[in-house]
Amino acid sequence: MIQFDNVSKRYPGGHEALSGVSFHIQPGEMAFLTGHSGAGKSSLLKLIALIERSSRGQVFVDGQNLSRLKNRHIPHLRRKIGIVFQSHNLLFDRTVFDNVALPLIIAGYHQSEVGRRVRAALDKVGLLNRDKAYPITLSGGEQQRVGIARAVVNRPPLLLADEPTGNLDPALSREIMGLFEEFNRVGVSVLIATHDHDLISRLDHRLLTLSGGRLVRDGRTTELAASA
Amino acid sequence: MKRPARKPRPRAAEPEARAKAQKPRGRTNAYFTHHLWVLVSSLGQLWRTPFSTLMTAMVIGIALALPAGLYVLLNNVQQLSSGWEDSAQVSLFIERDVAEKRILALADRLRNWEGVAEVRYISREQALAEFRELSGFGDALDSLAENPLPAVLVLRPTPAQAEPAAMGRLLERLRQLDAVDQAQLDMEWVRRLNGIIEVGKRGALLLGVLLAMAILLVVGNTIRLTIFARREEIVITKLIGATNAFIRRPFLYTGFWYGLMGALIAWLLVVGFLILLSGPVTQLSFLYDSQFRLAGLDLVTSLSLLLSGITLGLAGSWLAVGRHLQAIEPE
Ligand SMILES: Nc1ncnc2c1ncn2[C@@H]1O[C@H](COP(=O)(O)OP(=O)(O)OP(=O)(O)O)[C@@H](O)[C@H]1O
Ligand SMILES: [Mg+2]
Repeated sequence: MIQFDNVSKRYPGGHEALSGVSFHIQPGEMAFLTGHSGAGKSSLLKLIALIERSSRGQVFVDGQNLSRLKNRHIPHLRRKIGIVFQSHNLLFDRTVFDNVALPLIIAGYHQSEVGRRVRAALDKVGLLNRDKAYPITLSGGEQQRVGIARAVVNRPPLLLADEPTGNLDPALSREIMGLFEEFNRVGVSVLIATHDHDLISRLDHRLLTLSGGRLVRDGRTTELAASA
Repeated sequence: MKRPARKPRPRAAEPEARAKAQKPRGRTNAYFTHHLWVLVSSLGQLWRTPFSTLMTAMVIGIALALPAGLYVLLNNVQQLSSGWEDSAQVSLFIERDVAEKRILALADRLRNWEGVAEVRYISREQALAEFRELSGFGDALDSLAENPLPAVLVLRPTPAQAEPAAMGRLLERLRQLDAVDQAQLDMEWVRRLNGIIEVGKRGALLLGVLLAMAILLVVGNTIRLTIFARREEIVITKLIGATNAFIRRPFLYTGFWYGLMGALIAWLLVVGFLILLSGPVTQLSFLYDSQFRLAGLDLVTSLSLLLSGITLGLAGSWLAVGRHLQAIEPE
C-alpha cells in the first residue's frame, strides 16, 4: 500500500528531515510510526499525502509513483487517503453532519448516499446523536472522533493519523486506537504516528522507529514493552 | 489563465482512479445539485453580512450606472437632434443685382440637381415682409430707403443628401454658382452637436472601461478578503481531496452575485434618473412644440447592463481566485 524507496526530504531551509528511508506497508496492514520530537514522523506522513514532495527517492501509494503524480491529480490521491490530525481541523461554522459529509460532497456523491454514509460513519464513532451539533459544543475526544468519522466516511483504502491521541486521557486514547483497529480489521491499511509508547506497547502491530530522519528500527510494538 | 471548472466525468474514466473506482449513483445529477447548492449557499453567505454586501454592490452599481446613464442620455440627445437634421436646409442668398427671372430659372435648374428635394423662392419683398412681421423692427425698416434683404432660394436636400460629406459637396457646388452670394447650411449646429455627442459617447465608453477596471479591483479585493478569511477552510478541504475547481466555485459564485446585484442597482439608478428627468423634459419639449419624449432603458441596453455586471463580477473574482487560491496549500 505504501512503499518508500530510499526517500529523503530536505526542507527549503536546508534541514534534512528524512534521509534514506525505505520500507513497505502491505495493503490491510496496520503500523505505528514513532520517534523523538523532530524525528520526521509528520514529514513522512506529509510525503504520503503529497502535502510535501520528496527531495530524493520514490514514494508509492497504492501502486502509484507519487514523484510522477501531477499536481492536478493530487486531489484524487487524497480521496484515497483518510487523514486524521492532532488538531482536529474541523470547520467550526458547520454542523458535525456537514463536517463529516464534506469528503463525500467533494467526491460528488448523491444526496441520499451522503446521508446514509455519514450516519454510518457517525454511528461507528458513537456520535450518531450529535450530528446536528456544532464542533465547538463537543469535547476534545468527541471532536477527535468527528475527525475520524470524516476520515473514514469515504471508505478510503488507507488511513493516516498524526498524533491522533495527542491530548486525550488514556481511556479515550485506548478507545480511539480501538477504532483504528476496527477499521483495520475490515481491510483498511493504517499508519499512525505517535510517541505514546504506553498506549501502543499494549497492542500488537508493526512499529517503525525514526531517529534524526533515519529509519532506525522496523519491528513490533510488543518489543517496546520488552525493552522498557 | 486556467479554464473554468470542468465537469468531472465519472472517476472510473480517469486513469488515476482505476483502483477501487466506486461509482456512486447519479453523479451528473449530484454535480448539478452541488452547483445549485453552492449558488444558493454563496448567496446565503452574502446575506449574512447584508451591510458590507450592500456596500460592495452599491459601489459596483454606481460604477455601472455612471457610464450607462451617460450613454442613454447621449442617445436621447442624438435621437432628438436627428429629428432636426431631417429638416436641414440650405439658404442660398442671391446677389442683389440678379433679376427675378434669372433667379426663377436658377431655381428650376436646381430642382433637377441630384440630391435636391425641393427649392422654394423667397423674393426680396417677401423676405422683408417676413422680417417685418417676425422682428418687430418695422418702423426702423420703413426709414430705410431701400430693401436691404437679398432674395433667397431655400433648398431642401433629399434624405440621402443629408449625410455630412454629401452635404459638404453640395454646398461647395452651390457656392460656385454666379448668382449666389452665400450658401448657408441652416442646421450646421446640429452637425456640431452630433459631433460633440459622438465625442461624448466615446468619452462614456472610456469612462466605462475605467470604471470596469475599478469594478474588477473592487470585486477582486472583496473576494481576496473572503479567501483570506476562509483560509483554514480552504486548507482543510484541500487536504480532504477537493480540486481547485471545487474550492474556486463558491468564490466565483460570490463574484457572480456581486455583479448581478451591482447591475440591478445600476439599472434602478438609471431608470430612476430617467424618471426624474422625464417630467421636465416633456415640459420642455412641449414648450418647443416637439413630440420628443425621453426614451427609457430598452431591453437590449438592460440586458447588456446585466451581462456586463455579471461578467465583471465573475472576472474580478476569477482574478482574485487565480492569484490567491493557489498560494493556500496545507503545510
Ligand atoms: N515546513 C518545514 N520547513 C522547514 N523545516 C521543517 C518543516 N517541517 C518540519 N521541519 C523540520 O523537519 C524536522 C522533522 O519535523 P517533523 O515535523 O517531521 O517531526 P516530528 O517527528 O513530526 O516531530 P513531532 O513529534 O514534534 O511532531 C524538524 O527538525 C523540523 O524542524
Ligand atoms: Mg509531528
